[in-house]
Amino acid sequence: MSTYAQKKGFGSVIWDYLTTVDHKKIAILYLIAGGFFFLVGGIEAVFIRIQLAVPNNDFVSAGAFNEIITMHGTTMIFLAAMPLLFAFMNAVMPLQIGARDVAFPFVNALGFWLFFFGGVFLNLSWFLGGAPDAGWTSYASLAIHSKGHGIDFYVLGLQISGIGTLIGGINFLVTIINMRAPGMTYMRMPLFTWATFVSSALILFAFPPLTVGLTLMMFDRMFGSNFFITENGGNTIIWEHLFWIFGHPEVYILVLPAFGIFSDVFSTFSRKRLFGYSSMVFATVLIGFLGFMVWAHHMFTTGLGPVANAIFSVATMAIGVPTGIKIFNWLLTMWGGSVKFTTPMYWAFAFIPSFVIGGVTGVMLASAAADYQYHDSYFVVAHFHYVIVGGVVFAVFAATHFYWPKIFGTMLNEKLGKITFWLFFIGFHMTFFVQHFLGLWGMPRRVFTFLPGQGFEMSNLISSIGAAFMSAGVIVLLINVIVTSVKNEKVGNDPWGDGRTLEWSIPSPPPFYNFKQLPLVRGLDPYWLEKMEGKKGMTPAEPLGDIHMPNASFIPFVIAFGLFVAAFGALYNGEKSWAVPVIIIGLLITFGSMLVRSLKDDHGFHIHKEELMDDNDKGVKA
Amino acid sequence: MANQQINSGNPRVDLEYRRKKNAEEMRYQVVSFTLMIFLTLVAFAAVAIEGFTAWFTVPFIILLAFVQVVFQLFYFMHMSHKGHEAPSLFLFSGLGFGLVMVLAFMTIVWW
Repeated sequence: MSTYAQKKGFGSVIWDYLTTVDHKKIAILYLIAGGFFFLVGGIEAVFIRIQLAVPNNDFVSAGAFNEIITMHGTTMIFLAAMPLLFAFMNAVMPLQIGARDVAFPFVNALGFWLFFFGGVFLNLSWFLGGAPDAGWTSYASLAIHSKGHGIDFYVLGLQISGIGTLIGGINFLVTIINMRAPGMTYMRMPLFTWATFVSSALILFAFPPLTVGLTLMMFDRMFGSNFFITENGGNTIIWEHLFWIFGHPEVYILVLPAFGIFSDVFSTFSRKRLFGYSSMVFATVLIGFLGFMVWAHHMFTTGLGPVANAIFSVATMAIGVPTGIKIFNWLLTMWGGSVKFTTPMYWAFAFIPSFVIGGVTGVMLASAAADYQYHDSYFVVAHFHYVIVGGVVFAVFAATHFYWPKIFGTMLNEKLGKITFWLFFIGFHMTFFVQHFLGLWGMPRRVFTFLPGQGFEMSNLISSIGAAFMSAGVIVLLINVIVTSVKNEKVGNDPWGDGRTLEWSIPSPPPFYNFKQLPLVRGLDPYWLEKMEGKKGMTPAEPLGDIHMPNASFIPFVIAFGLFVAAFGALYNGEKSWAVPVIIIGLLITFGSMLVRSLKDDHGFHIHKEELMDDNDKGVKA
Repeated sequence: MANQQINSGNPRVDLEYRRKKNAEEMRYQVVSFTLMIFLTLVAFAAVAIEGFTAWFTVPFIILLAFVQVVFQLFYFMHMSHKGHEAPSLFLFSGLGFGLVMVLAFMTIVWW
């Protein structure tokens, strides 16, 4: 369309993004918001490491330290890792299955704005009387007694952003089930699409327990109920169960898309079909399934009894099997391949040993008897940073470099990308490897300082220097992004030259309707298949026809904004006289705009065949 | 849709087939609806009639409720039809995960 060539004012670009329902633009919104929260969480991490760099430090007070660790964990999981993965799911998954958008574009936008307002609400706690301070798990026995409004911000903020995540997940499920291009059977879907599918299913089943837990907590804290208050007959352990029934699948929600990204990176840059495709799919589904049966391994020391501990211990170790299948498949994909060491491949290559270390300590922790020693020590901190940073964050970096040309149409600088990699990789191992030993030597997690002469000084200092390296790596990436955007050298369909899946068969960035004609998929890695037969692009599966597109809408923003307003009312309920009216006004905004959406017919618009043919004459490919 | 598949040139064939299919479908609906009303009456009766202990009544009406759910899903929500594989997969796995949680709560939280 000609609108692409027009120069748009700043205001109209902002308005365009506020009202967009296009999955590619929503992906950019997720990338920006998730990237911002990643930096916020990163700064919190740096504060933690500065405080712990030397014994008896007083960089921050004990109370502030509790707030910082809580917000670091919460921000990184809910507001950075998930949205960044959602960004790539939105940007790439519809292209990989040959769809023109997700199934419900309006809901997609709504999901983003709910996440965004939830995240903003949570972080406003810093300016409105103190952040949550009961850890990211916010165990009820601690959280109920927390002074101030910190925990209320946690409960309401996560509730709002959780709804956003849930509807995002449902949207992806419906998209993958219903909108695959002709010939794109389930067993021809790229691994990233499979991972999106399974982790969306996990979101569907895992978020409701969190919603229930948060609702009960909300009633206990704000409206005087007693679900978790033991003195009045409540049971504080129920929160732990509800949280971990959600929380354990959550780590698979994060790591499965990471596996998917690496699978695609490995096969692309080994220039070889993914080894053991069907076993990879099987392993992904199996990990998703087992992920629901192991939550109590976070609670071995709660006193569940030996039988329960043994069952959950064995179930947890079983997850090592499908994960092992994946590791060997990746290694065998590279084996005999013509491996090209690009920046994404650096991350993928480094991911294997890093993640395996995290997996091995995971199996150690899974052993219930041994866990009594490791529990609440720095060993646990080292373990989950190895899986989450070594798995998820590495994948986010890999995907940023890998998909940047598809999202923005420019290539990130490879040299700067490799500098980012080395700084971050070295920093990561420096920070977290020594923490295994700190834990085994007896340093408990979540302590705001330690005393000299206990043998913790040197290792903590090394750990903090490592954090500085990681920060430097992220700064180099930011410079890379700025330099690339300023240069603005546009690239073609398949800038890596080795693209295998459908997203590389269309321009970068793709036109807003993605595929002029839906492609015919003839096998796994369809674009590679056509290239190997000497064709330039995909064979169309349909004649050129009108394309139906959804209209942009400002309503998603307003719906999410209403809940944001109502949350302030709920937070100050019983304290301020304006609390109840604010709840009512907020809910009126939300439900009013939902009503407008329901009553006003919006049939979208058609791109006419003639407009599409016009492009054809100018030599633009479908 | 621009590209619709047409199996037969004769529109009557399609129409007659659909009419027959609909009649069959209607019969199932009526039969299962009657059965559901009947089961509801049985459930009420089981509670109303004195002489049954709670040990009989409670499992019995839970069993009836289960049968009702099956009728509801398969006949009224058309899950017996083709093309409902994905919804039924998700329904049953959701049910499975839910029951595991209930089991866990019954055994290790409220024992």
